[in-house]
Amino acid sequence: MKTPVKLRVNGQAHEIFVEPRKTLADALRDDCGLTGTHLGCEHGVCGACTVLLDGDPVRACLMFAIQCQDMEIRTVEGLADGEELHPMQRAFWEKHGLQCGFCTPGFLMLAVGALERKPDMDEEELKEMLSSNLCRCTGYQNILAAVRAAQAEMQ
Amino acid sequence: MKPPRFEYRAPSDVEEVVGILTEVGDEGKVLAGGQSLVPSMNFRLARPGLLVDINGVKALDYIQRSGDRILIGTLTRHSCLENAAAVPGPLGRLLATAAHHVGHMPIRVRGTFGGSVAHADPAAEWCMVSVLLDAEIIAVGSRGRRTIPAEDFFRTVFTTALEPYELLSEVILPVLPDSARFGFVEFSRRAGDFAIVASSVVIDVGSNGIINPRVALAGVGGTPVRARSAEAVLAGSAPSAELFRAAADAAAGDVEPMGDIHGSSEYRRHLVRVLTRRALERAASEA
Ligand SMILES: Cc1cc2nc3c(=O)[nH]c(=O)nc-3n(C[C@H](O)[C@H](O)[C@H](O)COP(=O)(O)OP(=O)(O)OC[C@H]3O[C@@H](n4cnc5c(N)ncnc54)[C@H](O)[C@@H]3O)c2cc1C
Ligand code: FES
Ligand code: FES
Repeated sequence: MKTPVKLRVNGQAHEIFVEPRKTLADALRDDCGLTGTHLGCEHGVCGACTVLLDGDPVRACLMFAIQCQDMEIRTVEGLADGEELHPMQRAFWEKHGLQCGFCTPGFLMLAVGALERKPDMDEEELKEMLSSNLCRCTGYQNILAAVRAAQAEMQ
Repeated sequence: MKPPRFEYRAPSDVEEVVGILTEVGDEGKVLAGGQSLVPSMNFRLARPGLLVDINGVKALDYIQRSGDRILIGTLTRHSCLENAAAVPGPLGRLLATAAHHVGHMPIRVRGTFGGSVAHADPAAEWCMVSVLLDAEIIAVGSRGRRTIPAEDFFRTVFTTALEPYELLSEVILPVLPDSARFGFVEFSRRAGDFAIVASSVVIDVGSNGIINPRVALAGVGGTPVRARSAEAVLAGSAPSAELFRAAADAAAGDVEPMGDIHGSSEYRRHLVRVLTRRALERAASEA
């Protein structure tokens, strides 16, 4: 049975009407019209659906929208400030951290969330953190380079 | 895929959780971190009619000390235990090392200690640690609470002694003496994957050699197991490379691993030998 659910996404309130089985990822895409969050595997393995929930990177395919009321949700649409890209977005662009771009929203949210929690992550920690998400194109080296560049700027 | 339909309830205290579970019987399932349950619902392997979301039951989220025991509330997230200071002494360091091997950071901020134990994956770090340390698992049902020793709790793959109407509320671990040393080694294909095999050991070296040796293995059968003959080899002897090799051989003899696409039976037995030796060497060199 559909029920009303209130989501706060990128500072904006969304009142949606969904079944409990609607995942956060599907609610963001279908009901809030925010299609930047991508779905790869729908079982927690690829990380394409990563969003920030009260600041923590989480798999949006493994949460139900109904669980996320009263929480602060951030998606890739909330990173840029108007026309001004977030340092992480700009670094991915400059360092060629993407090719097809399918995995990019997930990597951006993962890295931004991780670095906001722990700005001084060392090389090993960055690699371990990035191992959470899959990219079929880049071979990861440029993603790591981009995250390192953005880290310097975010500090 | 998308999960099948279910009814959703989000109670705020333990009595209410137990009340709902009792009322709905087999149809109900507890939703903790969702990091195992939701994937299996998305695959349509699990089709619970009703989910009881316990994330709002704040009274289940704690780490407490009571005398020589540490009480871990079921809702404690994997990530809380990554901080070695969350629990005093060598136990804190052991838990932090194990926590670090559980999936990836976004999995660890949601997934829970109790959820992993209730799920009973034979390769899960927390299940192995529970068996290693003779954890006591607390189950709460409408008829009250009972304590289940870890070795009786895990029955086979994804199967435990928990009744459908019971909530796993707490896992109790013994505080380890400051002199205790641990080793925790696992082998997986990629960072964050479930272990193919993992080995964990705790030893304490006194003037008369090793006291209270514990060796536990994951990924070698339907449940995590203690390697009793390895423990017997270690007990009372002085640590040495030779002793560790003998204990590792004994551990390999203690298991009858099942082969699957990730590794044959012989391969897993080989891993048990190598990883147990390494775990013991790490324990011996732990400062
Ligand atoms: C990509 C990925 C990688 C992973 N890698 C690892 C890994 O390397 N090692 C590892 O151990 N785990 C791994 N996991 C699984 C993860 O650790 C889960 O968090 C854990 O197995 C289940 O905990 P949960 O809180 O998410 O439980 P849920 O998924 O919510 O529940 C799991 C099961 O336990 C039951 N349950 C949960 N809590 C209770 C309770 N209090 N009382 C009664 N029943 C309960 C549920 O009904 C369900 O059947 C991984 C998961 C993913 C998605
Ligand atoms: S779509 Fe969520 S992890 Fe792959
Ligand atoms: S850029 Fe194509 S999957 Fe990462």
